Amino acid sequence: MANKHVITLIVNGKDYTLSVEARRTLADALRDDCGLTGTHLGCEHGVCGACTVLVDDKPVRSCLMFAVQAEGCSVRTVEGLAKGDALHLLQKAFWENHGLQCGFCTPGFLMLAAGALEADPDLSEEEIRDILSSNLCRCTGYQNIIKSVCLAANEMRACPPSADR
Amino acid sequence: MSWIGRSLPRLEDPSLLMGRGRYVADLARGAASVKFVRSPVAAGRILSIDVPDGELVFTAADLDGVKPICPILHRPDYIAVEQPILAKDRVMFCGQALAVVVAEDQGLAEDLAEEVYADIDAEDAIVDMEAALAEGAVAVHAHAPGNVLVEGVLRSPGLDAAFADAAEIVTLDLRSGRQSAMPLEGRGGVAQYDRISGRVTLYASVQMPHMLRTGLADVLQIPEADLRVVAPDVGGGFGQKMSLFPEYVALVWLARKLERDVAWIEDRRENFLASSHSRDQSFHVRGAFAKDGTLLGIDADLKSNVGAFSCYPVTCGVEPLMALAELPGPYKVPEYGVRSRGVTTNTGMMAPYRGVSRPMLTLTMERMMDVAARRLGIDPIEIRRRNLIDSFPHRSPTGLVYDEGSYKEAMDRAVAAIDLTGFRARQKEARAAGRYLGIGFSVFSERTGYGTPAYAARGMNIVPGYEIVSCAMDPSGFVEARIGSSPHGQGLKTALAQLIADELGVEPGKIKVFSGDTDATPYGWGTFASRSMVIAGGACKLAAGKVATRLRSVAAVMMQASEDHIVLEDGLARVTGTNQSLPIPEVARAAYHQSHRFPQSGPGLIENATYDPGGTFSNACHACIVEVDIETGGVKIERFIVAEDAGLLINPMIVDGQIHGGVAQGIANALFEELIYDETGNLLTVSLADYLPPTMAEVPTIEIEHLETVSDATITKAKGVGEGGAIGAPAAIINAMVDALSPFGIEIVRMPATPQYIRKLIREAERDAHG
Ligand code: FES
Ligand code: FES
Repeated sequence: MANKHVITLIVNGKDYTLSVEARRTLADALRDDCGLTGTHLGCEHGVCGACTVLVDDKPVRSCLMFAVQAEGCSVRTVEGLAKGDALHLLQKAFWENHGLQCGFCTPGFLMLAAGALEADPDLSEEEIRDILSSNLCRCTGYQNIIKSVCLAANEMRACPPSADR
Repeated sequence: MSWIGRSLPRLEDPSLLMGRGRYVADLARGAASVKFVRSPVAAGRILSIDVPDGELVFTAADLDGVKPICPILHRPDYIAVEQPILAKDRVMFCGQALAVVVAEDQGLAEDLAEEVYADIDAEDAIVDMEAALAEGAVAVHAHAPGNVLVEGVLRSPGLDAAFADAAEIVTLDLRSGRQSAMPLEGRGGVAQYDRISGRVTLYASVQMPHMLRTGLADVLQIPEADLRVVAPDVGGGFGQKMSLFPEYVALVWLARKLERDVAWIEDRRENFLASSHSRDQSFHVRGAFAKDGTLLGIDADLKSNVGAFSCYPVTCGVEPLMALAELPGPYKVPEYGVRSRGVTTNTGMMAPYRGVSRPMLTLTMERMMDVAARRLGIDPIEIRRRNLIDSFPHRSPTGLVYDEGSYKEAMDRAVAAIDLTGFRARQKEARAAGRYLGIGFSVFSERTGYGTPAYAARGMNIVPGYEIVSCAMDPSGFVEARIGSSPHGQGLKTALAQLIADELGVEPGKIKVFSGDTDATPYGWGTFASRSMVIAGGACKLAAGKVATRLRSVAAVMMQASEDHIVLEDGLARVTGTNQSLPIPEVARAAYHQSHRFPQSGPGLIENATYDPGGTFSNACHACIVEVDIETGGVKIERFIVAEDAGLLINPMIVDGQIHGGVAQGIANALFEELIYDETGNLLTVSLADYLPPTMAEVPTIEIEHLETVSDATITKAKGVGEGGAIGAPAAIINAMVDALSPFGIEIVRMPATPQYIRKLIREAERDAHG
């Protein structure tokens, strides 16, 4: 049995103490060790972006990061986006504008967009398009994803989310 | 107030948006991990397989009593082939499973798989169709010399005369590269063993759960009742998740053998290597035209590379026979000759992918129209108008009956929306400035919602088509509809809830649609071939209608009114013309708990219904404007218009979503995606960095215009719409590219038309011009 490392991840504000092999990816640790299966794996080689989470508020492909590298970092996943049953503005926009079909890519797009808009709420449609083109969706043809994110961006500008995220 | 026709946000979405979806990999916790050891060579004899001692490793020799997968087609020209669960004696394609290992977690399973060594005496592989069909080619399957597994031939008596009379004969040789449906979630299964009953529950990412259960039980030779198959949330399928794959057989066998839970979640490389492929087709087609542009006849030789095996249940006939039956598409083709072959090679198995053959068929007919128009000096829109079908029902040369459609009207709508005249002026200016803009059109039909007669006509041993729905209003006034269809991202549950809501007068939020669980739903065929809205929808309407009749009858007794005067709306059973009413939940409760009062209707509110329609044709015209960069060969799609007729729209937002996604896959087909084998049969494109699905940067805004021809072919008046986007887009794009490059006189004859390919054509054209 390979050597294991005991690490603590802070995920969606909660501490998880895990014992993981050095080779365990952050994605696997989140899914299998923390039981947070909202983060999906579409390729495990860094292209599709389905596994995108925020690590210290920056979008990261969790299939390309080892869990041990995230030690002590604050990780945010799709499960932390809504406040209880109240959807985040991005989630609401995806719902109202049919921004998802099978939903497999959706957590990745939501986290990528959330990270980008928190860093710069004033992104233009073209900039948003450019950022979102780093993730893949096989169902929607992207049209309603860009629409949802742009509409949510407008609303987020109008009423910025509280600082307690 | 009707719920039909409203863009209701989907009932499926909140849980998916919050990360609470349950895809198969999410159910794998606690199960042992399964990994397949796969062949590194495409053809050869297995001499031995060395397995590490004391570990859970199994090969074909261990699978006693497990039959191979062997789908049947009742046609004299079909040769059945057996697909073993694990390769036995021979390997047939690169990626075929040789052995299966089981370990405590995924990492350990992968480590263990590395320790399995197969000694294979490699042989020359047959990779492409021309090699397979060459005189004296080695037989991929010994009992199928010539390498043709299925062949259909038709020839109308007047064909030769049509060609003899022709003013112009257009010959096309077109090729489509091999593609993957590439759902973002790959295949996977979790088989749970129940020690008390000995029963296995297989959670699997599939489109046809009932069919999978039948196939598994047949191959494993166990009663179907010992198996439960559940399709949980499924991350896209597009046809790739229809077939019975050997991996699922192995998984259920392992769960029974080891008496424990086992999970196999494939990775992307495995999905490219070992899941099904499609679209590897080569068409040689001649069209005979009269001077005025009237199409007199088509003579076609169509070849599809079906790979090493035949997919269950639809068989390797699916692409070749679809091509044979539907080449004429939306056009009047008075004389028709066709030979269509499915050719076996040492490559991955072909199975359905959204559109099945029709992207190539549409490309063929639409290139045909543009080339004939140019040669005969007729406007390309006009030549289409002269040949499009316009009286209904229309009978095609292969006997298909087209219901009412709007073929010419859809084309006119697309022409107007894209401003053809304005574009031509702009194109001229751009050319003067050294920019190459082009416009392309694609008119097509999409056969949807077809029931058993259509499949029986193909000679299928397993004849899909009908759907059974069980609909019940429970005592609390909520509705449970259990369907045999198995949606995987389409939003079908929402659309069905809208249909049922109208029948029963309750809001969609109170309607729960259950699917994808063989323990909880009636036997059904699943979701494919643009069928679920039409067929499951029709069955829902019928079943809910029967429940409504019961409700009215109970309400009539309760309010001492005549049944005919009861209407169900807004959650109430009302007596028309009075202000008397009862809340529907009150009536529902009485139907169960006071049934002695309603002897004529009997207890409860539970009904079944079956729907098995003949089928209906949707139609559309795609139009697009592209700019080709002649320096790089790259293409930018400037505008893309879809004028679509899918009959009555139940949820327009969902319909538009289907079109968007289909068009994106069509763009991929035309420009980007290709699975490439080297000459030894080794697949080179096994990551998303090699196989290039389009991103948001490549997919333009898709503008949609709806026409709504109401035909009597379906009881909901809805037509299917799942595949049209993928069917029509490639031809529109290729036509636009040829138009853009017309100063070079270039003919594009293959898809994907990559920048390298376009540059090659331009270089050749320039050389010819200067040579
Ligand atoms: S799973 Fe991480 S990028 Fe695809
Ligand atoms: S919604 Fe299915 S992959 Fe994006």
